[in-house]
Amino acid sequence: MADLAHGRDEAPAHHQLTGIDNRKLGMWVFLSSEFLFFGALINNYLLFKGRDFGPGALYPVELYDIPFTSISSFVLLMSSLTMVLAHSALARRDQAQARTWLFATALLGVVFVSGQYFEFAEFILHGLKLNVNPAASAFYLLTGFHGAHVVIGVLMLLVLAFKSVRNGSLSEAEGLNVELVGLYWHFVDIIWIVIFVLVYLIQ
Amino acid sequence: MAIDLTTETVERSETTVFRRPQLTTGFWSWITTADHKKIGLLYGYTAFFFFIAGGVEALLIRIQLSGPEGAFLSAAEYNGLFTTHAITMIFLFVMPISAAFFNYLLPLMIGARDVAFPRMNAVSYWIFLFGGVFIYSSLIFGTNPAPVGGSLPGGAADAEMLGSIPNSGWFIYAPNSGAAYSPGTAVDFAALGLQMLGVASLISAVNFIVTILNMRAKGMRLLRMPVFVWMTFVVALLLLFSLPIIAIALFMLTFDRQFGTLFFVAEAGGDPILWQHLFWLFGHPEVYILILPAMGIVSETLPVFSKKPLFGYPAVVFAGAAIAFLGFGVWAHHMFASGIPTVAQAAFGLSTMTIAIPTGIKIFNWLGTVWGGKVRLSTPMLFSLGFVALFVIGGLSGVTHAVVPSDWQQTDTYYIVAHFHYVLFGGSIFGLFAGIYYWFPKLTGRMYNESLGKWHFWLMFIGMNLTFGPMHWLGLQGMVRRTWVYAEEAGLGPWNMAATVGAFIIAVSVGVFMVNWMYSKRRGRPAPDDPWDARTLEWTMPSPTPEYNFAVEPVVTSLDDFWHQKYDEDEEGRAVRKEKADEIVADLIYTNGHPDREIHLPAPSYFPFFVGLGIMLIAYGIMYHTKPWGIPLLAAGAVVTVAAFVAWGSEPLEEIHDEDDHGNGGDGGDGGGHGIETHEPPAGAVLSAGERRA
Ligand code: HEM
Ligand SMILES: [Cu+2]
Repeated sequence: MADLAHGRDEAPAHHQLTGIDNRKLGMWVFLSSEFLFFGALINNYLLFKGRDFGPGALYPVELYDIPFTSISSFVLLMSSLTMVLAHSALARRDQAQARTWLFATALLGVVFVSGQYFEFAEFILHGLKLNVNPAASAFYLLTGFHGAHVVIGVLMLLVLAFKSVRNGSLSEAEGLNVELVGLYWHFVDIIWIVIFVLVYLIQ
Repeated sequence: MAIDLTTETVERSETTVFRRPQLTTGFWSWITTADHKKIGLLYGYTAFFFFIAGGVEALLIRIQLSGPEGAFLSAAEYNGLFTTHAITMIFLFVMPISAAFFNYLLPLMIGARDVAFPRMNAVSYWIFLFGGVFIYSSLIFGTNPAPVGGSLPGGAADAEMLGSIPNSGWFIYAPNSGAAYSPGTAVDFAALGLQMLGVASLISAVNFIVTILNMRAKGMRLLRMPVFVWMTFVVALLLLFSLPIIAIALFMLTFDRQFGTLFFVAEAGGDPILWQHLFWLFGHPEVYILILPAMGIVSETLPVFSKKPLFGYPAVVFAGAAIAFLGFGVWAHHMFASGIPTVAQAAFGLSTMTIAIPTGIKIFNWLGTVWGGKVRLSTPMLFSLGFVALFVIGGLSGVTHAVVPSDWQQTDTYYIVAHFHYVLFGGSIFGLFAGIYYWFPKLTGRMYNESLGKWHFWLMFIGMNLTFGPMHWLGLQGMVRRTWVYAEEAGLGPWNMAATVGAFIIAVSVGVFMVNWMYSKRRGRPAPDDPWDARTLEWTMPSPTPEYNFAVEPVVTSLDDFWHQKYDEDEEGRAVRKEKADEIVADLIYTNGHPDREIHLPAPSYFPFFVGLGIMLIAYGIMYHTKPWGIPLLAAGAVVTVAAFVAWGSEPLEEIHDEDDHGNGGDGGDGGGHGIETHEPPAGAVLSAGERRA
């Protein structure tokens, strides 16, 4: 009888019936749950945005700076493009390019989050604090949770990019990680498009 | 799509800093394990511990209610006990013990060596454990001062330990749960603790879905999966789509309580009814999360103990899926008294009634399974039949409160309490005990004591009916839920006394079970490998299950494959045991118990434990963020969590070289796959690249 070797990590060798790697499938499944997470948040905002909170109540709508948010939305959209470029560079085994595009994606993400920070700061300056009324709270909760998702994405991108710098290249498994982060990143982008349309554009 | 960078792996795996734990026995092996069977047992023991806690809480409640004008508990203590009892039984017992079954059995039943993400599996266990610890730490740290300008009958709650546990009902209704009416931390322990438990469940849901979709044995098409596996799949989907909703609701509540938002504060334009919608949009799917595992279990046991195939397998599967699907469209039946529009009430009443259809289909299929079978009344069968009987009663009372005007009379009375205990206790818990007895031999390698098992069943069956049966008429007589006393004149005393007696009978029955478990685990008769003449793959392995599961990956050619290896049909379609059946079984079990090549098992890891710990610290940090040490605590928790994840990422050899990345590759790939294994073998391990047994 053979002894057992401990050491393999995620599931030991087994066929993957769907033909999709476990981790990629896992990411898809997780993201399907995230859709409902944001669905509930968006629903909240839509529910509260038109409520009457008495005279003098301040609504997020009154403070939107559409040109500004359009630009930051565009930045985030472009980051999806750079993400795709990173991925395809890796598929070509062009490690240097892949690294560049990973950093670029992270950078665009940082620009987007900074924009959001600036927007929040501006709003608060105008008196729209987190807890002035439920519409404001719902707005901050929705965009804040989205921002948190972007931050987590940026962190993951940076980990990959720095690994690539340290080791000169990304391994096969890390290549898969790039795909996974890519999936996540595109999801976060898509959600933003929905938020931008439903929350900012349709008033 | 594969990115080809294979050259990297060899070099990388040698440069790692962290050694992985290698223990397979002893205390640390349990802390670090990533083996689905050990994690399953951890879930099971922990859940059972909480079952005892929840049971003690129930007994305290029953003592208080045993007679009119009870003075055993104060109002505040009573609120804490009925709330924490429910939270414990639902989130800390039935859900995790279901997870125990999923973990232990799912890979075995589909012929896999583990779940798709073994360490993630460990993470979900530790987050669950720390979530439970967090909730119960309210016993020590919780506070529950009276709201400004208000007071609770029975005096200041804060002084009493039991008065400071979560006390807002398991549904945590706004506005009662808001900062104004519940100024202490008792509600925070519930809100943040449930959030943690949700994360744990979400992780395991993803894990199980991927495992089922990707890792079934060869030949096991979807409609060849055991019903239990199907129900696991459905429950995982329910979790996946309902947890994000309660997560948002709990976040909103936490923001209201901690950061002054006004989501549920009506005076400020907030919406307390929104809480109810969000809660029940999760809450109703949740009740199916609680019952479907038990339905899956009895769908395995009834055929085995009737020596017949499951009647209408596809119908049972599709009915399970239909229940889950419809379960998302009925939530407002919990809100008939909240003033939602009449049309909505009618619609939700109707949609609720439609759920009775797939439910009825299942019940008739179970009856059809038993009908005309060679029934053996062993303990698992008794519990399964008990399940069917009691669940029918609970299902019927459920339909009575789908009728809106009728529900207006019943809602918030003990009639509802009777309903959900028949489905949850008579249903879920009976089904789960059926499973515990049924798989006991596979878990422990020994047989439980049959007569103790029967004592357990009959005591529990009688106790359960004595406790919850009378609640039907108590409720119809107007006894209200969630109230710590009732008046002498109401005439509710005698039946309440009966219910209390019943509760203590249940307690005795649980004691009998524990004796049986502890005794049989050590001294029980050694179990045959296939003691029940069963149908599913886990019984083709030696008892107890070897660490590596199947030595040879099974191949399946039909539903109930193991059964078909043992039985033929005669001309009338009756099952006849093959002459050589015993030999076939012995051979199969020998093969599965004797690996002749290296088998890779998921490596243990320290980090899942720390992820759970870190998340608990974060929860404390949020709760105490106004204290000077709150934010540092939060930061410390975040550091521990992130560090654990980063360290995890740097553990030796992450790479997966699934030889058959390209789809459904054959076993021929095995040799190639192992060629890339470059990690240090643990001391003493022999790597034999032997070929697979032909
Ligand atoms: C035929 C199936 C069922 C129907 C038609 C049904 C219907 C209902 C309705 C209408 C209510 C709300 C009554 C009220 O509060 O006024 C209710 C409450 C409840 N049901 Fe069911 N139910 C069914 C099955 C189940 C199952 C399988 C479970 C759990 C395993 C369950 C657990 C509960 C719980 C826990 C409550 C009370 C929630 C609370 O207020 O705390 N039900 N049921
Ligand atoms: Cu319901």
